This record gives sequence, C-alpha cells and structure tokens, in this order.
Amino acid sequence: MNILMDIRKLKKHFPIVGGILRRPVGAVKAVDGVSLTIKQGQWLGLVGESGCGKTTLAKTAVRLLKPTSGHIYFDVPDEAKAEIEELESLGRNNSKLNFLLKENDLAIFPGNRVRLFRRRAQLVHQDPFTSLNPRMKIKNIVAEPLTVHRVLSGQARETAVEELLSTVGLSAGQLNRYPHQFSGGQRQRIAIARALATKPEFITFDEPTSALDVSVQAQILNLLKELKSEFGLTYLYITHELLIAESVCDYIAVMYLGKVVEMGKPEEIFHSPRHPYSSSLIAATPVPDPKRRVGRIVLPGEVPSPANPPPGCTFHPRCSRASQECSELEPALELVGDDHYVACFHPL
Amino acid sequence: MSDWKFMVRQLAKNPLSMAGIIIIFIFVIIAIFAPLIAPTPEGHRDPYMIPRDGYSATPTLPSEEHIFGTTEGQYDIFYGVIWGTRSAFHVGLVVIGIVLSVGLVLGSLAGYFGGVIDEIIMRLTDIFLAFPALILAMAIVAALGPSLRSVMIALTVVSWPSYARLIRGDILQVREEDYIEASRGIGASNFRVIMRHVLPNAIYPTLVMASLDIGAVVLAAAALSFLGLGAPEGYADWGQLTSFARNWIVGPTGDPLKYWFAVTIPGLFILFFVLGWNLLGDAFRDILDPRLARR
Amino acid sequence: MENIIRIRDLAVRFHTYEGVVHAIDDLDLDIRQGETLGIVGETGSGKTMTALAILRLIPYPGRIESGSIAFFDRDLHSEIELLKLSEDNMRSIRGNKISMVFQEPGAALNPVYTIGDQISEVFLLHRRRLLGKRANEQVDRLLRDGDGFAAGIKRPFWRWQRRLYNKIAQESNPFEPRFLSHVPLFRRLLWRLKNESELLTVDMLKDVEIPDAARVAVHYPHELSGGMKQRAVIAMALACSPELLIADEPTTSLDVTIQAQMLELFRRIKVEKGASVLFITHNLGVASEVCDRVAVMYAGRVCEVTSVEELFLNPSHPYTKALLDAVPMPGKDLQTIPGQLADPLNPPAGCRFHPRCPSATQVCQQEKAKLKEIGKDHMVACHLF
Repeated sequence: MNILMDIRKLKKHFPIVGGILRRPVGAVKAVDGVSLTIKQGQWLGLVGESGCGKTTLAKTAVRLLKPTSGHIYFDVPDEAKAEIEELESLGRNNSKLNFLLKENDLAIFPGNRVRLFRRRAQLVHQDPFTSLNPRMKIKNIVAEPLTVHRVLSGQARETAVEELLSTVGLSAGQLNRYPHQFSGGQRQRIAIARALATKPEFITFDEPTSALDVSVQAQILNLLKELKSEFGLTYLYITHELLIAESVCDYIAVMYLGKVVEMGKPEEIFHSPRHPYSSSLIAATPVPDPKRRVGRIVLPGEVPSPANPPPGCTFHPRCSRASQECSELEPALELVGDDHYVACFHPL
Repeated sequence: MSDWKFMVRQLAKNPLSMAGIIIIFIFVIIAIFAPLIAPTPEGHRDPYMIPRDGYSATPTLPSEEHIFGTTEGQYDIFYGVIWGTRSAFHVGLVVIGIVLSVGLVLGSLAGYFGGVIDEIIMRLTDIFLAFPALILAMAIVAALGPSLRSVMIALTVVSWPSYARLIRGDILQVREEDYIEASRGIGASNFRVIMRHVLPNAIYPTLVMASLDIGAVVLAAAALSFLGLGAPEGYADWGQLTSFARNWIVGPTGDPLKYWFAVTIPGLFILFFVLGWNLLGDAFRDILDPRLARR
Repeated sequence: MENIIRIRDLAVRFHTYEGVVHAIDDLDLDIRQGETLGIVGETGSGKTMTALAILRLIPYPGRIESGSIAFFDRDLHSEIELLKLSEDNMRSIRGNKISMVFQEPGAALNPVYTIGDQISEVFLLHRRRLLGKRANEQVDRLLRDGDGFAAGIKRPFWRWQRRLYNKIAQESNPFEPRFLSHVPLFRRLLWRLKNESELLTVDMLKDVEIPDAARVAVHYPHELSGGMKQRAVIAMALACSPELLIADEPTTSLDVTIQAQMLELFRRIKVEKGASVLFITHNLGVASEVCDRVAVMYAGRVCEVTSVEELFLNPSHPYTKALLDAVPMPGKDLQTIPGQLADPLNPPAGCRFHPRCPSATQVCQQEKAKLKEIGKDHMVACHLF
C-alpha cells in the first residue's frame, strides 16, 4: 500500500498577543512536531483528551489552518519526498528545493491548489447540530461541493444528491427539508453525504459520534465501515474514546499535549500499551463490566496548558516512572515492536 | 413550508404585531391611491406641492371643502397628509435602503476579514459616530441647501455607521460557526461563503433594526422639516405641515385649541406611521428570535 | 431497605406547538436509602426529566400531569409528597435536602462571582443556624479571653453580636438581625456569618479534593479547568449534606482521565457521606463504575431495573441487550438497533420499543408492559416475561 498522507514534523502554534502594541508574548503550541503516515485504505485513529491537539492536527492536515512549520505530502511519490529531504539536510536554500516544495508540500500550497486538494479530501465535523447551515435546505447543503467545484449541474446534480442521500441511508423525499427537522444521527449522515459528494479519497472525521447516542453511534460507525469498503476510502478518525478506536481502526496514534506518544496496532495498544499515558488512558476508560473497576491507576493532576508545556517529556509531571532525564530531554518515537512506536525513556 | 406557516401563525397570535401590520398596510394603501383619495386640482403642475386656497396666514377650520382644514398660507391639510404619506415612504425606504446596502457591504468586509480592513472601517464609523446625529444632519442639510434630497443624503450619512457595526458584530459571531468552516473545507470561495452562509444567518437583527429605523428616519426628516431645513415651502411633507402650524399651536386667548387640527393631524400621521413600523419591527424580532432559539 | 424517594405513576408532558410530547409516562421508581441508583438512557428517554421532576424544575411548556413523588426525610422522620408542596417549602428542600449537579459545570456556575462566594451562598441560605452557632462560639471566646484596653472598648459590641448570633442560632432568620442587615453601618455586626460560611466553604472544597482550596476559593469559574469546576459544583451540592444528590451526566463533558478521578470521588462520597445518589448517564460503562442499581429507560418508560451486576450479566429486556451490544468493545462486532429512537411526538402504541424489537409479538403492539419481578430484585417491563 502506498502512503497517501505523509505528515512530517508538523507544528501549529497559535501566538498569544499581549501588551499595548499587541506583540506576540508566547504561543499555544497546539501541535508541536507530529509526524504521521496514513497509508491508502487505512483507518487511522487519533486518540487523546481535550487539549492534546488532535483536532488542530486534523484541521491543519487538511489546510483549514495554516501550519506554522512542517510538511504535508498528499499523494506525493517517494522519490520527490526523498529528494526534498536530501536537499533540506544539505542546508542550502536553493531554488530547486523551493520549486519541489511548492509543487508537493500541501503546507505551502496557494489557494487554487488547495482548492484542488479539497476535491480529494474532506472533513466531517464533530457537532452535527452546528455543522450544517440552518437556513439551507439539505439538498443544497449536500450539493454545495458539486456547485463549488463546478462538477455537475442541473438535473445531473439533483440525481447525484439523491444517490448520495440514499447511500447514507436517508430517503430522497426529504430533499427540501431543513437541518433542524432531522435528528442528530440523521444530520451527521447528511454531513457525511456532503463529504462524499466529490468522490474524495481521504476523509477526516473529527469525533463524529461524540454528540450522538450509543445506538445511533453504532449505526454511524457501521455506515462508515460500509462506505470505506465500498468506495475504497482512507480515514483519519479523531476520537477521545479509546473503545471506539480499538473497535474500528486499523492503526492508532495516541496524542498528548501536541505530540504523538505512542503508535501501533489496536490490539497491541490495548493489550500491551508501552507508554505510561496510554496505559492510564486505557485503565481510566469505563467499560460496562461490573467486575472491572476503573483507576487503581488514577492519573493525578490536570492536563497542563498547551501555552506552557512542561520541559522535556511533556508527560513527566504526572508520570509515575519519571526520572531526571524525563524533565530535561524530549523522547523521540522509537520502534519497540511490530509497527509499534513509543516516545518514552522508560516504556512499560 | 412549515416554517413560513409557523411565522405567520406567530404573527397572527400577537395582537400588537397584527396592529403594526394593519397600520402599515393602511398607509401603503393611502400612498398608492393618493391621486384618487386627494385628487390634484386641474392645472396644478406638481402634485407634490400642496394646492393653496388663498394666501391668508390664519388657518381655517375644517369644512366640507377642506376636510381637515387648512394651515397657515391656506394649504389644504388633507391633501398634504395624504400625499405626505408618499413622501414619508420615499424618504424612509430610500434612506434605509441605501444605509442598509452600504452598512452591509462595509460591515461584512470588516467582520469577515478582520485585520487591517476591520480597523480602517471601524475608525471610519468612529469618525461619523463622533458627531451628534441630528446636529450633523442639520449641518449637512444647511450646507447642501434645504431640500428633501439633502435631508435624505444627510440622514443616510448619519445612519450608516450603526448598521455597519451591527452587522459586523453579528458576523463576528457567525464566522466562528462550524458550518462556515465546513464550507471553507469544501473549497468555497470567500465571496460564496459570505453571500451564501454568513449573511443569511447574520442579517436578521439588522433587518429588525432597519424596520424599526424607517419610523425613526421619517421622524428625523420631519424634525428637520419642522426646523425649516427640509422640503421646500408648500411641499407635501408631514414635517412641513407641522412647521406651518408652529405659530398656531396655541390659539387666541379664550379658545386655545381653536387651531388644533393644524398641528395635531400631521402629528397623528407621523405618530401612527412610526408606531406601525415599530410594532412591525418588534414583531419581526419576536418571530425571528424564538425561532432561532427553538432550533 | 427503606426508600428515600418513591415515584409512582409519574407523567410529564410537554404541550408544544407541534403536539404533546410524553416525556415521562407511567414511571414507577424507587431510590433506596444510601444507594447509588443509575438511570441509563438515550436522548428522549426521560432520564433528565425524572431528575427535574423530583426537584419540580420542569421547564415550560412541560408539566407534571399526574403521579406522586414521595420523599422520606430522615431528619423529620416523615414522608413528604413533593408534588404537593408549596413553592416556598420546595425551595427549602432544593439545595438543602435534595441537591443537583448538572452536566455542564461552566453553565452551572455564575461567571461574575467567585467560586467561594457561590458555595458560601448555599451556607448562608440553608445553614444560618449553624453559622450563627459557630459565630456565637467565636464571640464567646473573645469575650472570655479578651484583654486590655482595645478589648474593653469592643466588649459592648461583642455582647451585642453574641446576642444577635444567639438569636440566629436558635431561629434561622429572626427579626433583629434581619432588620439590622439592611441598616448600612450596623450591618457590620453580622460579618461573622459570612466569615464562618467562608471557612466552611474552604473545608468543603478540600473535601472534594481541590488542591490549594483557600486560593481556589477566590478564583472565578473561568480561571478553573473543567474538572475543577465540576468539583466546585459538587462541593456546592454537598454543602448542606443533602440526603439525596442528583447528578445529571456529571462526567460527560470531562476527559476520560478526569472522569476517572470524578468517579473515584463519587465512590468516596457515597461511603463517607452516606448520601443516596441518583446518577444519570448515557454511558453504560460509567454506570457500572459507580452505581449499585441501574434503571434503563426508553422513551419515557422504565424497561429494566436491577442491581448493576445482574444487569450486565443477565440483561433481560431486549432494549438493554441491544444497548449492551451497541457499545463498541475491542474484538467485537458492533450490533446496531434497527430503526430510530421513538418519535417523542408520536410514540409507538403499546410497548414503545416494539418497532425495533427482534422479539416483538402481537400483544407488544397493543398493550404496554408493566414492571414485573423476574428474579431477585430484578424488574423488567416486557411481555416476554
């Protein structure tokens, strides 16, 4: 399988301005050096709590936010990437490097190239109650990508919209209704139909089921599974619920305070987590099994603010295995098993 | 669509909003059928100039010939108020129309794009808002020479900043909504996002204010006319008529209310016109807000 | 086991423009002394409405149409019919004997008052006699130990204060202090009430494991994180040692690790304070963590009520079974429940779940099922039994 989305050392910092002259006095380091690859046809789960930067990472990866630094390669051949890396390591700022970057690096694409990218990659938002324009009929909402990219028009467009709605399980007779006339689960289906309009290859989901009931959540997850196999899609799936990620994803990355701390296959992460944070996360997740009680390992303290992350390993103030080294140096992701990476000096 | 039905039902339930609609409707009928209700006498060139029946300064009481009497200078009050309805609508709708357009464009640019554009436009509104409204309007009319057109220009200049600010504030809020980001995520251009998504959702408070303001604009125009800074003498304008009645508000000793009709009748027309638009504006706010809150 | 709340035949309906919504229909529920009862359900199940009905906080256009909610007051050793109480009496129960923790801590806290002020308010409202007593003791001590010239001058004021506080200690809002509290300079005489309430507040904050409680008490809500805010809200709810604590999805808006801390806190509260807890959640996992018994609700009715172990080992109602199957677990296929949640305006006749039930029969479409006991402390409302 070739790599579809290749994120390298991505950083997104939001400047904090202060003082009369509004100078930047600091930065919220929402995403602080993340490298991820998503293979074609893969379902990657990005797991973390609030403030870890997963939503920012997803929005930056599809260029809804402009990255502060780093590279995003979408469907770029390996040779080009290798060349860029070579030229960068040589340190010379030459025109060939700039040319290659302008051609391939989504992070610095100008507006029109980003627009072309948008036909191939889409984003589904978290809250179905606010992600649809309340004053637009759903047939116009779902048709909007087709209109914007001038793909189809007139009767062909209407037929396409009807097809999309039936693909996600909604009947065509509801075309002229407004979003508020639908339930949460149905609205999320409409959002998914809209995402599928331009036949994209890559869809990012930002916690699509967190605002929905359990039974509706199950329906949406099954729908996503069907769509993925029917259309050969690649998913970047963000969630804070580890159980969902374990259940549906092919590969999981755990984030904490702007960095990826562990990556691996779901079974591995769930049954043998190597990073102390991952194992606390698993231990803290309530499971409907009265025999299992949460949190002998209740993680103390609160998540630090991304504007002021702790030095060294960002997790060390809350970690039971932290040492002197952890407060000074930042651990890098290292291979510890079959496609299993951990960023920790004292992995479990 | 059940939405419109719901809105109409809401309007119908509220007696005050029904009153507003009826009042405005009556005024519209009067304005449309003015030539039939108060026909222009033969040979009279400009229908908007009130016909005079003599040149005496004292108003005459209502009679069969002059249903509402005549005011100073023997201008027929009935004719004046009927054709004055047309002027009122003219002034109100033109001023609010222009003000709304200008305010919308500038406010949208400022609100959506932020940054330097926002700063420049906001400083511009600050400059205009630094002057007391009526005084600035008077100054402009005095500089341009008194006429109904100067009044409209003056009121336009004085009113647009509030609209720009209002729409900017609403856009700042709507801009952060998820569906706006979703549209950008689809690849929509800024123009499309503003026209198709931001404005339709942000415009309602501005529309409410606009309908309330039509009454206020007509009132301000009447005030300017009363001060002599408005329409030319003899023009069919409610403010003009009240200006003529200035010396006759209190009649001779022993019969102070003798010439009540001279100031009261045009005054009542102004009152009901403004009241009608206020009620309508309130009605709009009521149906739009709970609808938004319900959803 | 005694009950602290007994709900019978409760019906709550909303008369909206679009029709009548049966939020709760024929509800029978018992909350036992000292237990943590969980109500599990999805949107429209009526779980939040049940909590609001107990506190008589149902928002317009909803109304409690029929039924009875009996509250057994431990202190007064009497049974009170909550639905027949006057609003004044109900107010003395809210926050005092029965208190509630809501889902969004940010929304439950007033942003313009400090945390300490908001918790003190509870004490000043419901625990005046306690505050009066403590203030009295303080002044007594001053009068005994006070020495020297300065003390001599202050003595008459102290004696006045002692008399006032004594009155408050005996009868929570007597005339003289109430009158004085409106007179500008003499209001100062009562400052110790506020002082004592602040001391109690800091104790309360320490109880809910807020670090550095004295400093946090002067913070405003927006300066705290979500977990801390929720702890503060719980402190407010526990301030008066209520007999029943109602928690409406208290951990839903929190992160998983913070949620684990919260659940640990709830378990500790249960043990230390001996309060009964009504814990509302949509998350079966959370319910299994803190609850002793669980009631599953669907479309305004209770489907199944039993102990938490029994519910997960031996789910009997088809909805309970389907709900457990729909929870994503690693290595398990997700089973979906066909159809959609019952339309609140137009619910199915008979058993509300029958259109989606794999074992529905003819009688299910016509008659609704009543709660039957099918095992030891295991009640199910289903025609299959």
